[in-house]
Amino acid sequence: MDRDGSALAGAKVAETGAVEMSGAEMVIRALQDHGVEHIFGYPGGAVLPIYDALFSADGLEHILVRHEQGAVHAAEGYARSTGKPGVVVVTSGPGATNAVTGLTDALMDSIPLVVITGQVATHLIGNDAFQECDTVGITRPCTKHNWLVKDIADLARVLHEAFQIASTGRPGPVVVDIPKDIQFKKGPYIGPDSVRHRTYRPKTDPELAQIVKAVDLMASAKRPVFYTGGGIINAGPEASELLRELVKLTDFPITSTLMGLGAFPASGRQWLGMLGMHGTFEANNAMHDADLIICLGARFDDRVTGRIDQFAPGAKKIHLDIDASQINKNVRIDLPIIADAAKALREILHFWKTQRRKVDQNALSEWWKTIEAWRARKCLEFRNSDAVIKPQYAIDRLYALTRDRDVYITTEVGQHQMWAAQRFKFEAPNRWMTSGGLGTMGYGLPAAVGVQVAHPDSLVIDIAGEASVQMTMQEMSTAVQYELPIKIFILNNRYMGMVRQWQQLLHGGRYSHSYSEALPDFVKLAEAYGCVGMCADTPSELDAKIMEMIAVRRPVLFDVRVDPKENCYPMMPSGAAHNEMILCDAEEEAATVSDEGKMLL
Amino acid sequence: MSAAGTQRRVQAPHVERHTIAVLVDNEAGVLARVIGLFSGRGYNIESLTVAEVDHAAHTSRVTIVTSGTPEVIEQIKAQLGRLVPVHRVVDWTLETPGIEREMALVKVAGTGEKRVEALRMADAFRARPVDTTHTSFVFEITGAPGKIDSFIDLMRPLGLVDVSRTGVAAISRGPESM
Repeated sequence: MDRDGSALAGAKVAETGAVEMSGAEMVIRALQDHGVEHIFGYPGGAVLPIYDALFSADGLEHILVRHEQGAVHAAEGYARSTGKPGVVVVTSGPGATNAVTGLTDALMDSIPLVVITGQVATHLIGNDAFQECDTVGITRPCTKHNWLVKDIADLARVLHEAFQIASTGRPGPVVVDIPKDIQFKKGPYIGPDSVRHRTYRPKTDPELAQIVKAVDLMASAKRPVFYTGGGIINAGPEASELLRELVKLTDFPITSTLMGLGAFPASGRQWLGMLGMHGTFEANNAMHDADLIICLGARFDDRVTGRIDQFAPGAKKIHLDIDASQINKNVRIDLPIIADAAKALREILHFWKTQRRKVDQNALSEWWKTIEAWRARKCLEFRNSDAVIKPQYAIDRLYALTRDRDVYITTEVGQHQMWAAQRFKFEAPNRWMTSGGLGTMGYGLPAAVGVQVAHPDSLVIDIAGEASVQMTMQEMSTAVQYELPIKIFILNNRYMGMVRQWQQLLHGGRYSHSYSEALPDFVKLAEAYGCVGMCADTPSELDAKIMEMIAVRRPVLFDVRVDPKENCYPMMPSGAAHNEMILCDAEEEAATVSDEGKMLL
Repeated sequence: MSAAGTQRRVQAPHVERHTIAVLVDNEAGVLARVIGLFSGRGYNIESLTVAEVDHAAHTSRVTIVTSGTPEVIEQIKAQLGRLVPVHRVVDWTLETPGIEREMALVKVAGTGEKRVEALRMADAFRARPVDTTHTSFVFEITGAPGKIDSFIDLMRPLGLVDVSRTGVAAISRGPESM
């Protein structure tokens, strides 16, 4: 485009319906066309034209983070709590490399993100220019797809494809890398409706034959269990509704992965609690003894299955997943259903009802008796104390005092995360944001920022550990700037608690570098950031302090000093099967982790 | 396994060799996606060939020879299928009987008896000399990979100095397209 051509900016090009604008303007326009309201980002040399276009853009609020990792986690929290893709803008080089942890996190947990990275000008690519890195090369394995846009004529199409690929099929993060000269160049902008991807066609409709088979298997099952995951959440609120209806109709017991909490209400009679390494006794035993596992939107992760060769030995397995590559990946599946969870559930319900299918009532009553016996074991009980705050007690009180509120929970990674998953009772989807697949310490605080941006009037709490929270602590400053009243509820045990627990159980109690020495004074730190700092040392002061934390309409950092030696139980040690759990009153058994088990993570 | 009812499967891994064809959009980085998938997930690549097969539609065909247990092969195909620029994935080993061919350039240096013997062997294998000097030949040979392996083995004692192989190209028999 020559100088004169640029004067035509904004004018309609008659034949194509395309509008002339600069690459930077196209980015803004595409975000607007996709209904984006919030962007998480950090400016830099290679995205200055985009930031310039943003300066005067309507309807887009930019949240300035303090580190690009924070931007991506905030966008993840935003996406998980709304179901809409999160949007991030970062600069080239370190901006892009700092985003990698968040991208990988979003890929592992199937979170839709559109991440726009600046790149050095096209003629400088490959010259080791200032703040140059091979962004598409670095992010190729940690995105669902990525693009380097070297021609302005491709930009609009790529931006629309980015939104489509991020948010459809199995969702995931995408990166659009835009060189600085392309951001300045003018070209034709086409709208989202005129773009159809050449190859990308996610399959979402289930095969009827498989639905019929699934209904048959369910009707003849004697010891069935639903095993649900994040796929239900990702399929939208309707999938959760349909799941609830199906569970009510069949009265089958239901468990869920860490990612799927909230899809089925924790107060439901059929709810067994979470399964897996720190799942409940009843959920894991039900999986082990089941004759039919109906897996809905989960992926038989190693944290869920435990020892794979002893996983659910007598069960037929139905696996509903939108991603065909998940079938038979870890566990042989008897009946795969490749589809969107809501669509498949709707069909299953339809067939179940129209064919008037009935469950095997006698067998199911027997099954429930067995399950009730496991439940009676009360595996989540713990020895409370009057003198020291037990972390379980802190979470129980937090839950009791917030349960009637409009509350969203994020977490960091470790013991506090597992205690929160076990004890906080989620009744609805999209209320629980945690890093599952990647296990990213430092996820929770920026995720809470993102959730609070999306839900300004809700109560957003990051249940944190003192080690994790220091990894992204700088985002306190973001919370202050945008008046986001997030609550950071730190279970401070002065240890990297899960590391300490494993060192106790597997490494002879040699606590190599897991003690959090030289901790900051969190109260003063909070005040330095302009937040409210609080702390508690005894169980008796906890309730009043929690109420105070909730009442403050400002970001709060609450340092809850808990028992440093508490372990997270129940636990299925690595290399063990579902029926080989360690319960809280049998700690001595823990020494029997096999050498094989020690090698697993 | 002594205890009846234990489910542990103890078996030697059964490794199969498969030839997989992948039709992809010829966009920047598409080959890196395919290769990165194999290295990132620990799959084997025995040979890989790639070239644009439709210049107008900008589609390329990648032919990969890989080996693994049936479970791994199934995963490889599923993982390839979820790469965004992939149109189709076909396993020639399973789905349709395919034809596999590979071309190699084989340089042999020597004089006297060995030189004569090399030329005689090349003739038996229908390998064609495409460069000839007083002290060397470059043979062009086309065939199934096993045939090329045999030819190279025979050339070794006769003064083999260099080999360049294309990797396997494969196509199905009969009238159908991929």
